[in-house]
Amino acid sequence: MSVLLPRPVNRRSVLRGLLGGASVGIALPFLDCFLNENGTAMAGTGAPLPVRFGTWYWGLGHTPGHAITPKTQTSAGIGFLEECKALKRHEQNLNFFGGFNMPLDGRSNYTHFTGWVASRTGTAPSGNTDIPAPTLDLLIADSIATNTRFKTLDVTAVGIARENYSARSTNNRAAAEASPERLYARVFGAEFADPNKADFKPDPKVMVRKSVLSAVSEDSRALNKTLGAADRARLDEYFTSIRQLENQLDLQMQRPEPTEACLKPPRPVRDGEEQNKPQGLEVDTVIANHRIMSQLLAMAVACNQTRIFNMVFSDNFSHMRRPGQTYTHHLLTHEETPDKVLGYQPVAFDFNCRQMDGFATFLDTFANIREGSGTLLDNVLIFAATETNYARVHSIDGVPVFTAGRAGGRIKTGLHVVGNGDPITRVGLTAMQVMGLPLDKWGTQSLQTSKTITEILA
Amino acid sequence: MKRTPRLIALLSLALAALVGCGKAPPETKGGEPLLRLLSESQYRSIIADVFGEQITVGGAFDPLVRTNGLLTVGASRAHVTPAGLEQFDRMARSIAAQVVSEENRDILMPCKPATPAAVDEACAARFFSQVGRLLYRHPLSPAELQTPVKAAAAATRALGDFHEGLAAGLHGMLMSPAFLFVIDSTEPDPDAKGKVRLDGYSKAARLSFFLWGTTPDDQLLLAAERGELHERAGLDAQVERLVGSPRLESGMRMFFNDMLAFEDLSRLEKDSIIYPAFSAAVAQDAREQTLRSIVDLVITREGDYRDIFTTRKTFISGPLGRIYRVPVARPDGGWVPYEFPADDPRAGLLAQVSFAALFSHPGRSSPTLRGRAIRELLLCQKIPDPPGDVDFSAFNDPDSPHRTARERLTVHATQPACAGCHKLTDPVGLGMENLDGAGQLRATEDGAPIDATGDLDGIKFADVGGLGAAMRDNPAVPSCVVNRLFSYATARTPLKTEKKLLDHYEQQFADGGYRLPELLREIATSDALFAVKPAPMRSASTSSAKEEPL
Repeated sequence: MSVLLPRPVNRRSVLRGLLGGASVGIALPFLDCFLNENGTAMAGTGAPLPVRFGTWYWGLGHTPGHAITPKTQTSAGIGFLEECKALKRHEQNLNFFGGFNMPLDGRSNYTHFTGWVASRTGTAPSGNTDIPAPTLDLLIADSIATNTRFKTLDVTAVGIARENYSARSTNNRAAAEASPERLYARVFGAEFADPNKADFKPDPKVMVRKSVLSAVSEDSRALNKTLGAADRARLDEYFTSIRQLENQLDLQMQRPEPTEACLKPPRPVRDGEEQNKPQGLEVDTVIANHRIMSQLLAMAVACNQTRIFNMVFSDNFSHMRRPGQTYTHHLLTHEETPDKVLGYQPVAFDFNCRQMDGFATFLDTFANIREGSGTLLDNVLIFAATETNYARVHSIDGVPVFTAGRAGGRIKTGLHVVGNGDPITRVGLTAMQVMGLPLDKWGTQSLQTSKTITEILA
Repeated sequence: MKRTPRLIALLSLALAALVGCGKAPPETKGGEPLLRLLSESQYRSIIADVFGEQITVGGAFDPLVRTNGLLTVGASRAHVTPAGLEQFDRMARSIAAQVVSEENRDILMPCKPATPAAVDEACAARFFSQVGRLLYRHPLSPAELQTPVKAAAAATRALGDFHEGLAAGLHGMLMSPAFLFVIDSTEPDPDAKGKVRLDGYSKAARLSFFLWGTTPDDQLLLAAERGELHERAGLDAQVERLVGSPRLESGMRMFFNDMLAFEDLSRLEKDSIIYPAFSAAVAQDAREQTLRSIVDLVITREGDYRDIFTTRKTFISGPLGRIYRVPVARPDGGWVPYEFPADDPRAGLLAQVSFAALFSHPGRSSPTLRGRAIRELLLCQKIPDPPGDVDFSAFNDPDSPHRTARERLTVHATQPACAGCHKLTDPVGLGMENLDGAGQLRATEDGAPIDATGDLDGIKFADVGGLGAAMRDNPAVPSCVVNRLFSYATARTPLKTEKKLLDHYEQQFADGGYRLPELLREIATSDALFAVKPAPMRSASTSSAKEEPL
């Protein structure tokens, strides 16, 4: 294995391991006394365990007829087929949404682009770089991510930092973290304050940094006067980002609340030759990166470093490839000859299977972290989507979407929800409502909807 | 590299003025004043220029959206995301710590504190005044200077160390929008009542980022301070100095890096089984080879710009020698001049590893990607996006395997929805098929001989050398570089109303034998480079209709 990090663990198993071995004198940093009797809320404050939101992205959709059994009406049981068989173990953590459409009102289907933009922003793009509205994760972040170190954490396993499917607009899109080492340094590096550490001493340098930023922000306000409306808005956003950074520093100066599930992970280390390899598009490298980055991301969530996260397994044109093969995953979906007996493109299918394996691994990571009376997965809502239904023909109607997690008990799971041609935005609207946004409708033109998917509400 | 003597350039300018050859460019109202986020290359250049090459800049920059073919134009619309600002913060702290480190402080600081553990506002003010002028691209006002001085004093008191305090003040400067954004500042135009013009410092910044890709130097800032950039003679003298400087080479490297979309070369990955000779070092050297070759031809030797498509003269390094399969006398990795022999099809930019490998897949070539890049990046033509409802079944016919790219792409001709665009890209890109996905010469694909004949706008050719020759004579080539240079200089898309202006530049370019320095002088001394109109103070939805882009 090229990337070394311990297998998924829960906090207690580690403590058991440590205490059962040679280590002595380790203070138990977090005990159940911090939770109420039901294990659903913090005993000290009575505040419920936070519900977090994340997205998981995979490119190029599914192989129709070999991923999920189609249904004609919403019912329990998702109907996993071979491509999705790894997800079977998480059936009770998932919902599947099939048969939802993406009406474009005459706009083009910009291949591998329109699908993710429309399902995440509620509006069809009018060009192949157009992101006409903020993606749903940022709308949720604006609402709930006010008291964490990072407003969002955006991560990609495929090594292409700009392929982040979270954006406020075309020109307002952050780079995703594409390296496990950099992700670790950013979240768990020197600036990480372990919430369960007995001693906490604010770093005076943090206070200095905050003062510096406040002064810059204050003294730069005058610049606004000389700018036009559009640039004033851009500068305002810069000041918003400064405030976000100041909030981050404020939090670093306070003793963090003890957090049951948090255990600072070890620094990921890659073996000798592996260190010189690019983050990479080889499918095994992507899988290894995804595994390690999932663990770091899940622990960042458990340690209350963020409440919003975005993970990209593969990009929307899925440039993943196998060593020695001339065709990438994307090229295969168009040019591989379907097997007459199997009825599908076997190598492209294999890539699709490995993506769904990856999704199952991602869910394992969250499910393996105990939190309260359940797991971290019980306290998140993950919107997992792609940009096409069947990549071979670029179809976007029927694009598959999953939700994972129970959002702190706010939703039911294990359901296969049938859309009957309704706009895909119903899933996004419902997700945002579950996360507490006071929305009664979302989207524009034919993608606009006010219909919550009530079947999944608890 | 030897430069043409500046005297000759000055004489030719004077001669042109004397005989009246220099026609005044058509007027333009210009664009709105801009708020341009520094690009990664500009940021790095500024730090290197102000503090020296020894200061490392680590960290990731938010992606820019390529607009009118250039990231530089995208930077005029870019926002700073919270994650992006966090990166700037990390970089700023690291740079500041390096600047005040024991190794660097004696070189970079104009004074020593009276006591290392105490506040010394006078020394801090000297330092911030000196670097602030270069970082903010204008002399600091008393209020601007007070911000870092006060921050440094407070930090010194908190941390008990003057240099740590100074680092805190510098951190703040590097986080200021006055540094991170190039902000066009306007003032009433004394020569045109009711209109505005860029102030001298904004003109200096525009000139410097255009020609050198970095912050204005001391002389340019002094010229701005004295109002010389508003005067013809003063502007001409500064442009002549900038164009005549060796730093023009690095400025033009940045331009061509942007125009050729070479930012992706830094993460270009090829399959190591299919292309064992290709590596990250090859990709890095391939970029260097192309930029070095172009700059040598068009700046150092002041050659005809169009010859970048046909020249056999280039430079080769050890890693590149292996992929070009030519001997290199410098196995230590150094660069040597190299000229491809006359019977080698590899001539010009299109035959170089950088271009051929960048616009390919990881394990194979792509005539479509290559054709599209040629059309869009080098000829400034727009290829429509692929339709969303293509039937790919013809590709998947097991009874008719297609061994070569030409055979595979011929199938597109049977698809009416695809044929239109593929007719634009494929006959051009197929001319590069003798270069595999890593840019190595080949004669066959999957055992079948390669046919690299093609057609560029009616000019037929037999191989990549012929394609280069066809490109050289294509009228869209000079027109495109004129468009891109003006766009790069102004950081905006040219407007429809500026077509005559671009036609004028193009004519001057042709009249001057397609010498790039002459074109740079023409653009840099024209009023059009600095023309601005007041920005609408209301939101876009309520302001008057915007002018259409060209």
